[in-house]
Amino acid sequence: MTTAIVKAKINGLAVEVPAGTTILDAATKAHVKIPTLCKHPDLEASAGCGICIVRVNGSNKLLRACCTEIEQGMEITTHDSEIVEVRRTVLELILANHPNDCLQCGRNNNCELQRLAADFGIREVPFPHFLPAFGMIRDYSTGTIILDAEKCIKCGRCVDVCQNIQNVWALNFVGRGVKIRIAPAGDIVLGESPCVKCGQCSAHCPTGAITEYDNTRDVWEALYDPDKYCIVQIAPAVRVAVGEAFGFEPGTNLTKKLYSVLRRIGFKTVFDTNFSADLTIMEEATEFVQRFAHGKGALPLITSCCPAWVDFMEKYETDMIDNFSTCKSPQQMMGAMTKTYYAEQQGLPPEKIFMVSIMPCTAKKFEIQRSRDMSSSGVQDTDVVLTTRELSRMIKQSGIDFVNLPDDSPDHIMGDYTGAGTIFAATGGVMEAAIRTAYYFVTGENLADVNIEAVRGLQGVKEGEVDIRGTTVKVAVAHGLANVEYVLDKVRKAKEDGKEPPYHFIEVMACPGGCVGGGGQPYGVTDEIRLKRAEGIYQDDADHEIRCSHDNPMIQKIYADYLGKPGSEKSHHLLHTKYVSRPLYTK
Amino acid sequence: MKLNRSEFIKYRENIKVKQPEETVILVGLGSCGIAAGAGKTFEAFQDEISSKNLSGITVKQTGCMGLCETEPTVEVRVPGMPDIIYGKVTPEIARKIIEKHVIRKILVNNLIQDKPSSDIMKKGEIDNAV
Amino acid sequence: MPYNHYILVSGDSESSLNRRNELISFFEKEIAGQNLTDDVQVVSTIDTSACGMEGPFIKILPENIYIHNLTPEKVRSIVQEHLAKGIPPEGTGTEADKQFRIVLRNCGVIDPERIEDYILRDGYSALEKVIFDMTPEQVIDEIRKSGLRGRGGAGFPTGLKWSFTKEASSDQKYVVCNADEGDPGAYMDRSTLEGDPHSVLEAMAIAGCAVGADTGYIYIRAEYPLAIKRLELAIKQATELGLLGDNILGSGFSFNIEIRYGAGAFVCGEETALLASLEGERGTPKPRPPFPAVKGLWGKPTVVNNVETFANIPVVILKGSSWFSSIGSEKSKGTKVFAVTGKVKNSGLVEVPMGTPLRDIIFSISGGIRDNKKFKAVQTGGPSGGVIPEQFLDTPIDYDNLTAIGSMMGSGGMIVMDEDDCMVDVNKFYLQFSVDESCGKCAPCRIGGRELLTYLEKISGGQGELEDIEKMKRIGKAMQKASLCALGQTTSNPIQSALKYFYNEYEDHIVHKKCTAGKCVSLLKFIIITDKCVKCGVCKRVCPVSAISGDRDSGFLIDQSKCIKCGLCREKCKFEAINKG
Repeated sequence: MTTAIVKAKINGLAVEVPAGTTILDAATKAHVKIPTLCKHPDLEASAGCGICIVRVNGSNKLLRACCTEIEQGMEITTHDSEIVEVRRTVLELILANHPNDCLQCGRNNNCELQRLAADFGIREVPFPHFLPAFGMIRDYSTGTIILDAEKCIKCGRCVDVCQNIQNVWALNFVGRGVKIRIAPAGDIVLGESPCVKCGQCSAHCPTGAITEYDNTRDVWEALYDPDKYCIVQIAPAVRVAVGEAFGFEPGTNLTKKLYSVLRRIGFKTVFDTNFSADLTIMEEATEFVQRFAHGKGALPLITSCCPAWVDFMEKYETDMIDNFSTCKSPQQMMGAMTKTYYAEQQGLPPEKIFMVSIMPCTAKKFEIQRSRDMSSSGVQDTDVVLTTRELSRMIKQSGIDFVNLPDDSPDHIMGDYTGAGTIFAATGGVMEAAIRTAYYFVTGENLADVNIEAVRGLQGVKEGEVDIRGTTVKVAVAHGLANVEYVLDKVRKAKEDGKEPPYHFIEVMACPGGCVGGGGQPYGVTDEIRLKRAEGIYQDDADHEIRCSHDNPMIQKIYADYLGKPGSEKSHHLLHTKYVSRPLYTK
Repeated sequence: MKLNRSEFIKYRENIKVKQPEETVILVGLGSCGIAAGAGKTFEAFQDEISSKNLSGITVKQTGCMGLCETEPTVEVRVPGMPDIIYGKVTPEIARKIIEKHVIRKILVNNLIQDKPSSDIMKKGEIDNAV
Repeated sequence: MPYNHYILVSGDSESSLNRRNELISFFEKEIAGQNLTDDVQVVSTIDTSACGMEGPFIKILPENIYIHNLTPEKVRSIVQEHLAKGIPPEGTGTEADKQFRIVLRNCGVIDPERIEDYILRDGYSALEKVIFDMTPEQVIDEIRKSGLRGRGGAGFPTGLKWSFTKEASSDQKYVVCNADEGDPGAYMDRSTLEGDPHSVLEAMAIAGCAVGADTGYIYIRAEYPLAIKRLELAIKQATELGLLGDNILGSGFSFNIEIRYGAGAFVCGEETALLASLEGERGTPKPRPPFPAVKGLWGKPTVVNNVETFANIPVVILKGSSWFSSIGSEKSKGTKVFAVTGKVKNSGLVEVPMGTPLRDIIFSISGGIRDNKKFKAVQTGGPSGGVIPEQFLDTPIDYDNLTAIGSMMGSGGMIVMDEDDCMVDVNKFYLQFSVDESCGKCAPCRIGGRELLTYLEKISGGQGELEDIEKMKRIGKAMQKASLCALGQTTSNPIQSALKYFYNEYEDHIVHKKCTAGKCVSLLKFIIITDKCVKCGVCKRVCPVSAISGDRDSGFLIDQSKCIKCGLCREKCKFEAINKG
């Protein structure tokens, strides 16, 4: 079916757009920017803020551009004295109900409300200032994200993301009128709610109402503590996004600058999570082959690298516990190996090592303490997690000229990675990397073409088949937790009907786009930016001579020197974990 | 019993034919009337009729007559007399209405409420219109 | 034996009470003179009765004739010519019938709990006609030609709305009755549902038949238990007789109605919020378009009409569109039910043809202002409407005229105010309501309403500044233009109309720090009038905050900074020596 084309006029200029296009999108195409505070490209228009109003000929009301579809022959005025005056008044009203403490705000210099106020040249708030008296202003209870009800402008993005993109239903609107606020239903704190800490709420929040829990001072303190030996790891997705805070295009791969800046900041050892991603593949591909080829364990196998997904599964999908890969995430494998293998090598007591990981993710802050398995070295394996956003602040605080910094290398041996490790950053990447190695494990040969396009891209659920020498492996990839249900329901249905499972291997990442779109990544993410970041990742993969985890000589060395073989007892002790059913509400 | 069309038409005609010529006392029992005590008024009419052993009188509930200021409101329809609405009908006045209006055919002084509107659904009107 | 004639004697004002009694005696004397004592009864009506006509006047029953401006000659002629000889008197037959009941045709007439009563008055005959003798197109055409407009407030043409839903292609369509009546002072929908539930059910089935829906929902406030009970009973009775449910009257057409309860949020009367609430979601409005008629309940085409609109439908079908459209004004056809409350003598439900002047409703039907006070204004449209001052009392009421004078039809609440009402105070009341009932979704309504209220509190508290008025106007405009739903778009209407028609009151409060009506307590001042004061000291003794100082020699003085304006001193002063102002 071809979509009809609608002809209309925006500010007198003719536009032609497919039927169903909103006035807002049509205006963007016509190079007219209509300001808005609540609309986000990922989400349905909530029509809350009232800033994007435009005039449509023939209507005596001003209509919201974000949710009004353009119609044939419409004549739209996006800016005139009345429209601008009304927008300004609405903005002033919002500011009259906002703390306006921008200097101390987590979104200072990077806030959509602040930007709009600057654009409109607001110099005073002409109306009486008031803040509703909530019982609790800030909710720190998750330890990963902070909810600040006072800074909330009630755009509803977080609620929409939490309910409809992530299917978590932790956040809700509570109360009404001036007392309306975002909170879990039943007036409990977020830490007692089903929240999985994915942080998508914070990534979509236009203001400082939801921010990551800032751990940068913990890291600075450790760095200046002579008794601490600070080691850092960098997650795959960080390298293609951190540059956005410094004027680089999204997707610019800054791996080597990151090594350099982290060393200058004061880390004694710089590792790369991409290495432990390779390690994860060794374990997980082994686990898959065990289950798939040797019938040891439930199928489909479901990935477990994403801590928000793990939390979600333990709360909402507990019937799938047996299907979960017991592999820890790359972050936790790196932590465990650092405080055992590396510590032994360097003669460092594990308690002296301060392990920092730079992650695109808020849930990683939660993962480091999610169970006793996260302290397999005897002490907590990873000490502090910084999101990409926190790292960029630390770099700015350090005074280091990041943009012009020369490249550097990571430390061996846990800094050396393959193309398979780096693609963990994008949705489908874990699956692709695992297939590359599983194929080898089964056949003893590498795939002729290691690019598995079927699992790449932003489609919510991706299904594919891989032929391993005559045997078909059926795989599915889901990202954005709301997409999981479709895949798992198919699995459940087959189980009920006593049929073969529809898939053998499932990858799930909580965040849309996978880690490149993680809840701790730089603000302003859209599908366009997710794709650019993923492009940077796939380019990194393509640029690597070695593109399969099992071919990583350092991986081979670590097994030879320390772990034995994948799935060994030592591996199990350090690199695997267990899952339990957890209540949705703890209050 | 579910009716088909012809049964419904018969049913409707039956009702119209069946209407007996008798005294009807309509008590406004909407929320507003009940709040003003119309429930007690309703009972008073019933009690008075049974204690006086009167026959041919129906006491019925109806909705709000719109005369909020004078709730409880009661309409008395005695064959051969004009239909009369009384306002502020307490149980005591209910007994007075039975005694004077229903039995002796005398209107009760100082309590009559002028009827607010003529009835568009009165027999004849509707048939002409359709 | 009944009398042959009854003479009802009425008169609206208390001053005419004596004249009324004189008239009754005069009548009785004349009747006795003609030996008609057994033929005619003369009775006085209830005090509040009688349509506010200058009294006293009479109504003769069963002739149903009104006669006023009675002179002794006229009385004599009535008795001698009419009562004695049966010559028709000169009078007016229907002049007092300013009301015309279509919606309330059965209220107060039938027993709402007996379907037979409804059927006796041609109930379900319209549905029968629609199902068997009319095509859906004919039904919608009839409604369209009748000129019926939505009675929920906005006045959208009902036939047009139905045609949108009919034309929308979908496997499932719905009919929803909006019974979420929430305007302060409005209760016509409750009365209709309590007094005539079948009329709404029948209309919903007619709508279903016309647009192709088989399911209806009534969204009703849980605070209306009697209406709910009677609706449930009515649904049961109608289903038992095959007038609702599957295969209605053997026609093959099915229509089932379910009741859903609202929790009393005012905004759920807004149709998109209502539908969200019906779906089990938070009752917050959604942007329109798409309109519910095309994309409504669960995304399906949905007719949403309010109770009063539905109650008109069977009559439109039975009596025809030309009959219906002959009633009312040029652009607003039929009648409108108003709940007249406030300072009128006879508060109550009033149904009048569209185009009836406000004056007729307030001064004739509702008897004018209580206690001989002076009319100041009437608020129509509830918190979304505006105040209408005396100069517009002769405006024929319809949708367009009310909008033109800065108010709106709304659902039909009509609150009458007199000289004791302060416009700032009245505005504050409605603003408080709108602020409490704002869902909080959109910024202009959520914050703007609260800011307006803050200004009103400031002004009534004596702290107002003239520039506050400009700011209120600016906020009001932003709310009007940028709020998502009608609640926010109209929140500032009462203030804007008060500023237009009663600017002097705002000025009094702001510039002269004076509330003439004495409602704004902060602006009140209690002052002892030394000329009248006998220095008894009672005021000092009763003052709960010791704001009065002095002694019996020097006299007494109220310290304005301590005074809490409770008025106890004034109340207790036997010499009226304390002035409130």
